[in-house]
Amino acid sequence: MTTSAACAVKRILAKGNEAVCHGAIAAGCRFYYGYPITPQNDIPEYMAAQMPKIGGSFLQAESEVATINMMLGTASTGTRVMTSSSGPGISLMQEGLSFMVGSQLPAVIVNIARSGPGLGGIAPSQGDYFQATKVAGHGDAHLICLAPHSVQEMYSLTMLAFDLADKYRNPVMILGDAIIGQMKEPYEPTPYTSVVPEKPWALTGAAGRAARSVKSMFLKEGEIEAHNWKLLEKFRKIREEEVRFERYMIEGAKFLIVAFGTVARVAKTSIQWARSEGIPVGMLRPISLFPFPEEQVREAIEGVEKVLVAEMNTGQMVEDVQKSTPHHDKIRFFGKPCAMPTPDEILAQIRLIAGVKQ
Amino acid sequence: MKNAAGKDMFSKLVYERPKTLLDRRLHYCPGCHHGTIHKIIAETIDELGQRENTVGIAPVGCAVLLYDYMDLDILEAPHGRAPALATGIRRALPDRVVFTYQGDGDLASIGMSEIIHAANRGENITVVFVNNTTYGMTGGQMAPTTMLGQKTTTSPYGRDFRTEGYPIRMAELLAGLEGVAYSARVTVSSPAHIRKAKEAVRKGFEMQLKGMRMGLSIIEILSTCPTNWGMKPLDAQKRVLGEMADYFPLGVFKEKKQADFE
Ligand SMILES: Cc1ncc(C[n+]2csc(CCOP(=O)(O)OP(=O)(O)O)c2C)c(N)n1
Ligand code: SF4
Repeated sequence: MTTSAACAVKRILAKGNEAVCHGAIAAGCRFYYGYPITPQNDIPEYMAAQMPKIGGSFLQAESEVATINMMLGTASTGTRVMTSSSGPGISLMQEGLSFMVGSQLPAVIVNIARSGPGLGGIAPSQGDYFQATKVAGHGDAHLICLAPHSVQEMYSLTMLAFDLADKYRNPVMILGDAIIGQMKEPYEPTPYTSVVPEKPWALTGAAGRAARSVKSMFLKEGEIEAHNWKLLEKFRKIREEEVRFERYMIEGAKFLIVAFGTVARVAKTSIQWARSEGIPVGMLRPISLFPFPEEQVREAIEGVEKVLVAEMNTGQMVEDVQKSTPHHDKIRFFGKPCAMPTPDEILAQIRLIAGVKQ
Repeated sequence: MKNAAGKDMFSKLVYERPKTLLDRRLHYCPGCHHGTIHKIIAETIDELGQRENTVGIAPVGCAVLLYDYMDLDILEAPHGRAPALATGIRRALPDRVVFTYQGDGDLASIGMSEIIHAANRGENITVVFVNNTTYGMTGGQMAPTTMLGQKTTTSPYGRDFRTEGYPIRMAELLAGLEGVAYSARVTVSSPAHIRKAKEAVRKGFEMQLKGMRMGLSIIEILSTCPTNWGMKPLDAQKRVLGEMADYFPLGVFKEKKQADFE
């Protein structure tokens, strides 16, 4: 998801969390609800300052439960809406997320993940991978999940998140972490060019048309089952059309790293160092975590001797990598829950799978 | 109105279904007040000419099928969260009329936080609060409004204040918040009470119309649940006007005038 060289937009220096706000505003989002929690407070603070200036509305909700339900209300009117939160706050939103999936409502949820479980800590973590990719609360519900690894992507994937949410009428999660949110680097705020689709389901008052309802309860014989199959069909289409990934220095690689977000960013440095030592290593970086780039991971693993799956948790995405390939014996997991691995640490892991003496 | 043979039963039109109310058979139990309350809301919306300008919110509870009965745009809420949904709608569409319809389990138990904060923010929404002292839909469990001594499926020995606390008076509680424009408690247990209830519902809706917008309005309606009370419909009506109205006094607890606001 890098910007094309063709559009020469002036680069600006921003934190990841700011870039999320820039992306949301560029995509026309004028409604933000949220509740304070570290490490994402700069998002609500930025939105609180900006929204009133651009005809939008910022509201600090009384809780994350209220937040997600305010979003449900705004989304039901066909209006773009966003929140951000972390750890316990995202957990509190799960019921509402399930209602959004069931009622087919678009919304964008930014998870600047912190470490858990419980109150955990404010250190960066990728421990929310399962929660973000496997379920949206109860029932057969999924989120679309995008994982930025740069400030640039915090901007562009947020814009994309709004488009995907509208296209599929489903909530989309941006899964970041404390590092990516606080990291400052220059990025190009490319113009937003998508066309926002019509929303012939939105609740606006039944003026000159039949009344509409937005709901997730279906009581008639067979109705809820049919609804579930319909949602499944949608998720199947998402899996088919919305896979996003990056292949990094994969040419001639004998060793492969699979990593996302902050860890992938660190791994890029480690890969460059390893390459300069003559170790042929590359990376397959999932950008969409749901849908997971299963096919691309499978294919990349075919051509290499060993695979390193690196995550800031005790092993979550590694299960999806295992699911993608029969070659489980090639896979080694390196986890660092609740702290960012250094380029040296990942380099050491690369040397290990490459059989290089340290 | 026609009889089974399709003949007009009356020569004169004595009752017309409000446009906002769809011509459907309600699923409510005999003697239940939900139907009457639906009708009052529908009439009010018709009279105020707001049918095409209104978004309603259906609760989790016996009235969840509100969208099958009202010819309005309606959003279905997670249990108790209707005031947060209403906030989200009203902020996105500030010119629309937005109302929630909530039971006592919904509003006074699981949704207590959402109603208090929506009220405190003075959201311009109307809350129709149906207090039948029990959880109707899930089979008559104890609610925060269950009367002392009342037997329910989860207070089989009767509600005891020493372990379950006291029935909560929501209309009074909310009237104490600055953001509330109107708070009243009514019943629909007799034609005279229905008229009063209608007046209150109308006031409640008027509070959010252009030129008013003085904050949240709540109309608590003492209602029956003959099924879960184990009572005949007539006895249930009597209970509302007797024991219930004794503890939950009828009346208007707050009514902001335009002047208060200026
Ligand atoms: C989060 C959650 N908890 C519990 C329920 C189950 N539930 C459905 S309706 C209901 C109680 C409804 O009672 P009330 O609000 O008093 O409305 P009534 O049915 O009496 O009209 C409960 C607990 C639910 N749907 N969601
Ligand atoms: S269970 Fe009670 S509240 Fe529900 S429809 Fe029957 S009488 Fe009405």
